[in-house]
Amino acid sequence: MEKRGMNERIQALREKSVNTQPHIDLERAKSETETYKKYEGEMSIPELRAQVLYDYFSTKTLYIGEGELIVGEKGDSPQASPTFPELCCHTVEDMHVMNDRELINFKVKEEDYDYQEKVIIPYWDHRSTRHKILANMTDEWKACYGAGIFTEFMEQRGPGHTVGSFKIYEKGFLDYKEDIQKSLDALDFYNDKEAFDKRNQLRGMAKACDAIMVLGERYAAYARELAEKEADPKRKEELLQIAANCDVVPAHKPETYWQAIQMYWFVHLGVTSELNPWDAYSPGRLDQHLNPFYEKDVEAGILDDEKALELLECLWVKFNNQPAPPKVGITLKESSTYTDFANLNTGGITPNGENGVNNVSYLILDCMDEMKLLQPSSNVQISRKTPQKFLKRACEVSRKGWGQPAFYNTEAIIQELMNAGKSLEDARRGGTSGCVETGAFGNEAYILTGYFNIPKIFELTLNNGYDKMTDQQLGLKLGYATDFKTYEELYDAFKKQMKYFIDIKIQGSNVIEKIFAEYMPVPFLSIITNDCISKGKDYNSGGARYNTKYLQGVGIGTITDCLAAVKYNVYDKKTFTMEELMQALDDNFEGHDRILNLVRNKTPKYGNDDDYADDIMRDVFEYYRSQVTGRPNMLGGMYRINMLPTTCHVYFGDVMMASPNGRLAHKPVSEGISPEKGADVNGPTAVVKSCAKMDHLQTGGTLLNQKFTPSVVAGEEGLDQMANLVRTYFNMDGHHIQFNVIDRETLIQAQKHPEDYKDLIVRVAGYSDHFRNLSKALQDEIIERTEQSFN
Amino acid sequence: MSLITSIQKYSIHDGDGIRTTVFFKGCLLKCVWCHNPETQNYKKQPSYDRERCVGCLSCEKACPQKAIHEENGKVVTDLKLCDACGTCTDYCNLNLREIIGKEYTVDELVKELRKDEMFYEESGGGVTLSGGEVMTADMDYVEELCKKLVHHGITVTIDTCGQAPYENFERLLPYVNTFLYDIKTMDNEIHKRYIGAGNELILSNLEKISAAGARIYIRIPTIREVNGTDKAMNDIIAYLKEKNIQVAQVNLLPYHNTGSGKYVKIGKVYEGTELHAPSKEEMNHFVELFKSAGFHNIKIGG
Repeated sequence: MEKRGMNERIQALREKSVNTQPHIDLERAKSETETYKKYEGEMSIPELRAQVLYDYFSTKTLYIGEGELIVGEKGDSPQASPTFPELCCHTVEDMHVMNDRELINFKVKEEDYDYQEKVIIPYWDHRSTRHKILANMTDEWKACYGAGIFTEFMEQRGPGHTVGSFKIYEKGFLDYKEDIQKSLDALDFYNDKEAFDKRNQLRGMAKACDAIMVLGERYAAYARELAEKEADPKRKEELLQIAANCDVVPAHKPETYWQAIQMYWFVHLGVTSELNPWDAYSPGRLDQHLNPFYEKDVEAGILDDEKALELLECLWVKFNNQPAPPKVGITLKESSTYTDFANLNTGGITPNGENGVNNVSYLILDCMDEMKLLQPSSNVQISRKTPQKFLKRACEVSRKGWGQPAFYNTEAIIQELMNAGKSLEDARRGGTSGCVETGAFGNEAYILTGYFNIPKIFELTLNNGYDKMTDQQLGLKLGYATDFKTYEELYDAFKKQMKYFIDIKIQGSNVIEKIFAEYMPVPFLSIITNDCISKGKDYNSGGARYNTKYLQGVGIGTITDCLAAVKYNVYDKKTFTMEELMQALDDNFEGHDRILNLVRNKTPKYGNDDDYADDIMRDVFEYYRSQVTGRPNMLGGMYRINMLPTTCHVYFGDVMMASPNGRLAHKPVSEGISPEKGADVNGPTAVVKSCAKMDHLQTGGTLLNQKFTPSVVAGEEGLDQMANLVRTYFNMDGHHIQFNVIDRETLIQAQKHPEDYKDLIVRVAGYSDHFRNLSKALQDEIIERTEQSFN
Repeated sequence: MSLITSIQKYSIHDGDGIRTTVFFKGCLLKCVWCHNPETQNYKKQPSYDRERCVGCLSCEKACPQKAIHEENGKVVTDLKLCDACGTCTDYCNLNLREIIGKEYTVDELVKELRKDEMFYEESGGGVTLSGGEVMTADMDYVEELCKKLVHHGITVTIDTCGQAPYENFERLLPYVNTFLYDIKTMDNEIHKRYIGAGNELILSNLEKISAAGARIYIRIPTIREVNGTDKAMNDIIAYLKEKNIQVAQVNLLPYHNTGSGKYVKIGKVYEGTELHAPSKEEMNHFVELFKSAGFHNIKIGG
């Protein structure tokens, strides 16, 4: 494996991060169980949740690795994964599966099976939110969930999915405590019927401040202890500086660039140890947050670019040390990865609307280029005001082939946020996180609720609502394919089925929200999210300034091509009948070569800038949007859509029969808003034109994967045109585009000889992953994604 | 009406910026290394992938002309009987058959080419008319096409081998932004041997359009056996200087044989198997020859 990193220190840290086997660490679960046994019923739930964090941070194993400059681990050491039995109480069998499975495994210590069985399970099995959720879902919901109509994000992880703002660089947790005290002092117990609830929430937040500060104090002491024993004077000095940093942050606001990075990292540990939120936590606009410290320290002569880059690289290692906590069951199928989706946005514009690219932005590009790590997902925001130099430097890193950085459109993000009711300033401070989801950083709880399998709805529509894969009636009985005399009748039935399933999904999500609001408040995350303190409300109960729930549509390429195939061949050209088509689908196209050829090769398809297909895409998108966007959620905000798949398109395809566009049974559906594999034959400009016909500004994010062979992006010209492709797509309001630049042959070799390609990273959805850690189905899928190559 | 063999979007090696290249069917030259043999003749023609054919014979049943039959276990198309109607293409279950050459009205073609307008604007690109040899296509059609593209603010580049009547060039001069103009060799014997014609008309057209003020990129397909020597390159340089050809860019295009697979699909034999690309060092050396002769903007590749 090649050594990466700017110097020996970083190379050693990176090597350890990359080569350490992820493992389960029960320390948190043990501590939490003791805290609950001691206080449950005695304390209000928000205070109890804060107590859990306080007790864990007061006792947890500390870790300062050799050469580290930024300190703190979520578990006992790099690649440790604490468990969260209050969310998902793993069975002993689950733990064996985690330990034994071939991919995304976590080693379990021998004694931990026993501890799980004797202590954790008896206490948490019926208390976990997963248990509560499944007990409260309807039979319809469970049937749909089991059949792959939709997934549920909150089934074994918590809401979160959020991003830090500038505030933690301007305030320490002592300052937050003062703010909390002011809110407590202002409570009106005479007139406000929620005053008591607010008091409990605020007390929980105050205790969570103590929790993070105790961690800081312990790290300061531990660094001093190590410094005492350290023989190397240079390292001794570093350890003393680490201790001095931890004396300042997190209790006080950071004073230096180094402290600012350490402050972020403590906050990251706070959010991700408190609960197990989807998408960890993200630094957001890191370049803009760090730049004032960078400039001040450079001016003062205590920082140069080399040191600034080294500290960034230390932070990168920290991110990469934290695998996403283990998933099981359907959630593992939809999100099969160690990546925890921490994501940062570099570039964009400033809160007052000026070009936001600064020196730190370029250092971050250098850092991602040098480190080539899965985490954090490092992305760029490209605005009309972004200098061409920055865009080209980002393209230069991106064309190396591993998918980072991905490109986001600043103007689209701002319009999406303003469409959703955010102020201009909050919108300018926003960006994307997770994969591509738009949010007002530091001000918004924008929660993903699940993926929605649009092509599967069409499969059910053709079969009178009956699911042949699971042998049950799931949908409405609106007739069989052959009953629909016109395309319009068929399409109308499809829309009715879609609404029916969206209703089921949203009813379930609304119940789940209430379960989290009641049982799983997150006082620590609430401290750092505006306006939880002033409202006296938790992040999970609507305390944030804005509250959005996203439902992610999957398979727009597949559904468009399916509808086009039926409309074009059955109704318009009558090249075959509906009976013939249904028979072909039942037979997985075996013995139906002519139909297969016609639907695959002689039918208009999405991704070719052909309005016949693209108009259908627009219809489906618009109907899906109209049925989701605007519905109230339980936190005072609205449901909205985005169009992204993570790895769910593989799972969604697996639960489906063959489809009318020639997709065979169990094969993945299309991902993001990308065309179906092999459907786009007119090059990248046609792809982005088709994609831009979707109204991105009405979404909370879309995902477009573009794969190139290396020759297309080679040389100065290849680089220039790649940059121009990005600019033009963004001029058309495209939200996001990412590139995989790896030739097919390399991928095939890597599949055959994974041991020779341990370092190979590819772009999957809104994140990159090691090719060797992907399932065979997903590897095949990535190999088959159309390569845009031109001679 | 003209026949188009293909429309290539995101074409970034034939002229400036992001371009759409239109390939016209028909050319008067017969370069032995031709990458686009399917553009050589002026008629529609069938193409099919013999290698991947499994011999199911669905095409035989579908053919209205009875031009397809089996011979020694292979599917054979009798090109004398085939009228390129295309029925077989819908019946080949593996999608191995296609008809090369499609008719577009000028307006249909303009509509298709305008689809990428935003990319042209962002990148300084436009439309490239290539082939085959666009300068030997239906010139009323080509002139109207150019006029309409220019009307819509799209710049037009012509990729030509130069073997066409000068009046065709004259008609297009007002509309064309850049000519990508091929020179193969000054040695007329070699020219005749490998290209199937002498270079007199080609050179005289080049001199005339240069004198008329055209913007010209000289493109030299660089092949060891044809022009891959110092002498051959120096001859070209001497010619360009002597005739005072106004050169905005020179592209040395190293020979490659990626087009050779197309020959068998249209029932032809590739005769360029003995040709070779110069080495990297030789290519760099040729660039130096041009530079030291005072030319700027010399590129290897498109």
